[in-house]
Amino acid sequence: MEKQLEKDTLPKKSVLSAQINLEKFDFSDNAFEKATEEEKRQQDVMSESTTFFKDGMKKLMKNPLAVMSIVVLVFILAVIVVAPHVVPYSYSQIISVNGKRDKTAKNLKPFQYSENELKYMAEGGKVFPHIMGTDAQCRDYFIRVVYGTRVSLAVGIFASVLVLIIGLLYGSISGYLGGKVDLIMMRIVDIIYSLPDMLVIILLSVVLDETLKAAIEGTALSKLGTNMISLFIVYGLLYWVGMARLVRGQILTIKNNEYVLAAKTTGAKTGRIIKKHILPNCVSVIFISTALQVPSAIFTESYLSFLGLGVAAPMPSLGSLANAAREGLQSYPYKLWIPAVVICLIVLSFNLLGDGLRDAFDPKLKK
Amino acid sequence: MSSEYLIEVEDLKQYFPIKTGFFKTTPLKAVDGVTFQIKPGETLGLVGESGCGKTTVGRSILRLYEPTSGTVKFRGEEITAKNMAEHRKNMQMVFQDPYSSLNPRMTVEDIIGEPLDVHKLYTNKAERREKILGLMELVGLNAEHATRYAHEFSGGQRQRIGIARALAVNPQFIVCDEAVSALDVSIQAQVINMFEDLQEKLGVAYLFIAHDLLVVRHISNRIAVMYLGKIVEIGDADEVYDHPIHPYTESLLSAVPIPDPVIAKQSKRIVLTGDVPSPMRMPSGCPFRTRCRYATAKCEEICPSLEDKGNGHMVACHNR
Repeated sequence: MEKQLEKDTLPKKSVLSAQINLEKFDFSDNAFEKATEEEKRQQDVMSESTTFFKDGMKKLMKNPLAVMSIVVLVFILAVIVVAPHVVPYSYSQIISVNGKRDKTAKNLKPFQYSENELKYMAEGGKVFPHIMGTDAQCRDYFIRVVYGTRVSLAVGIFASVLVLIIGLLYGSISGYLGGKVDLIMMRIVDIIYSLPDMLVIILLSVVLDETLKAAIEGTALSKLGTNMISLFIVYGLLYWVGMARLVRGQILTIKNNEYVLAAKTTGAKTGRIIKKHILPNCVSVIFISTALQVPSAIFTESYLSFLGLGVAAPMPSLGSLANAAREGLQSYPYKLWIPAVVICLIVLSFNLLGDGLRDAFDPKLKK
Repeated sequence: MSSEYLIEVEDLKQYFPIKTGFFKTTPLKAVDGVTFQIKPGETLGLVGESGCGKTTVGRSILRLYEPTSGTVKFRGEEITAKNMAEHRKNMQMVFQDPYSSLNPRMTVEDIIGEPLDVHKLYTNKAERREKILGLMELVGLNAEHATRYAHEFSGGQRQRIGIARALAVNPQFIVCDEAVSALDVSIQAQVINMFEDLQEKLGVAYLFIAHDLLVVRHISNRIAVMYLGKIVEIGDADEVYDHPIHPYTESLLSAVPIPDPVIAKQSKRIVLTGDVPSPMRMPSGCPFRTRCRYATAKCEEICPSLEDKGNGHMVACHNR
């Protein structure tokens, strides 16, 4: 057994000393008891294990703005998926009553019926209401807005994915190889950065118009029109540079972490290091910036359409709808309001969601 | 070929090109002609101030940098870039920073299992798991920690994970690169004791890089003192500590804090004047001569080489 501590063997405490006064303690045998196995184990129990993804989602769900934007986006998505199956009109169809073209259904107000439709209803026929009225060509405005939103969202997401793929490949090669390769690749990026993107889009859509028209004849792309193809080409040519820089920067920082060095020490090959160590650690940042790229692509598409360089008629997009509404701005201001509000909602939601994702997932902001 | 030594480092040089002008590059001589040997199951302590090339020596041995010149032999066989892949199983490293040396996106099981995956040291999943749990037990981690992520652990536990990873391939030689410097003192003691236990159990040899002289003395059989990329003194731990010969070692040892204030008052501290010269503009002759109190004209011209002063105690100095 251990030596019994006697009170009189304890060192005398000086009055001014900050030392603990040992005399106040009881050192007799049963004053202390040993920790049981159970108590020792309890010391070891830690908080519930969470994965990085679970942790991030929990934080995201606590951010009211992000949750609101998710709700808005899901709502918009549901409407553009469901509406074309419910509403019996199509985006290019001129309203006809009982098989006859209805010339009176021009510029109707929301939920208003035309003269022919009212007659038809009086005879017992059924007419689906025009939720947002009709446009100057007697087409149902609601379904045009729905299709316009579809086009804008599809263009935005497709352009962002294009940017992501090119930027990710270019940036990771440049960042991982480093040295002279990196130097040359980044100077190319600098040159591309200095090109005026709007001018290139306009030039391309003019120059490529004829060639593209023949190339996409008969495919689904012909409905979108050559202008959209040039928009994608421009995104593929110019807009990836931001993503490439971001990815390169991420890879440069992660590459120098000791865990990458540790993987090299164990003999891991380059492919394994990139797949297991580098990409998982920069994927959240890349994902977030892709989410922020979507609204910028939608915005570009919208103002190109507004300038008349957008999708080919009769396919609507939110920008071209807004442009068409300019003519009757005095009489029918809501026709500008509706697509404008939808653009705002989509862009704002994506931006807020992107911000929320960054706050939730960026490891640098982790407390 | 076999050899008495496990690791033989001969005239190892590691220069890094540094851009000094538009077209000019000057070599930074991080390690400049280092020679030492380590026997199986032995611990060599490597000490020296910050920036003297300790870490670079460790990393060059493991070929994390391609050495400028010099050879490293493992059991008498020279290690080249080609056969390094096999030797990765024999030589491992424990890193300084337990926070950045573990991938935050991997579970403990995957971190420790990575060397097993890389070298395909198991036939099925069950065997992999069994090996990982065995390693975790060896370093004193609970089996239930296997599915957790590195950020859920304390510094000491993280360092244990790093050690388990290094042990996964059954290495005979481990470079401990300031493996305990980032830990607080009580945890340091635990980890150091673990290093010693593992050496007893598994017979691994260590190159123990540190700047804490007391820790190095405790764990090492032999000690090498580095200054500006060169080894200035090497010998048995107690011999170097009790009878330092090189003036740099002398001043280094005089700076070790002594826990007893009475003895501390009596001891004389040898304070060096001046700063460490830049490794890009090394002084001629002996690198230490600019700060040495014994320096003579000879030191300016000829760089001293290591000479045996008895009992394998090697010192690079003209005057002592």
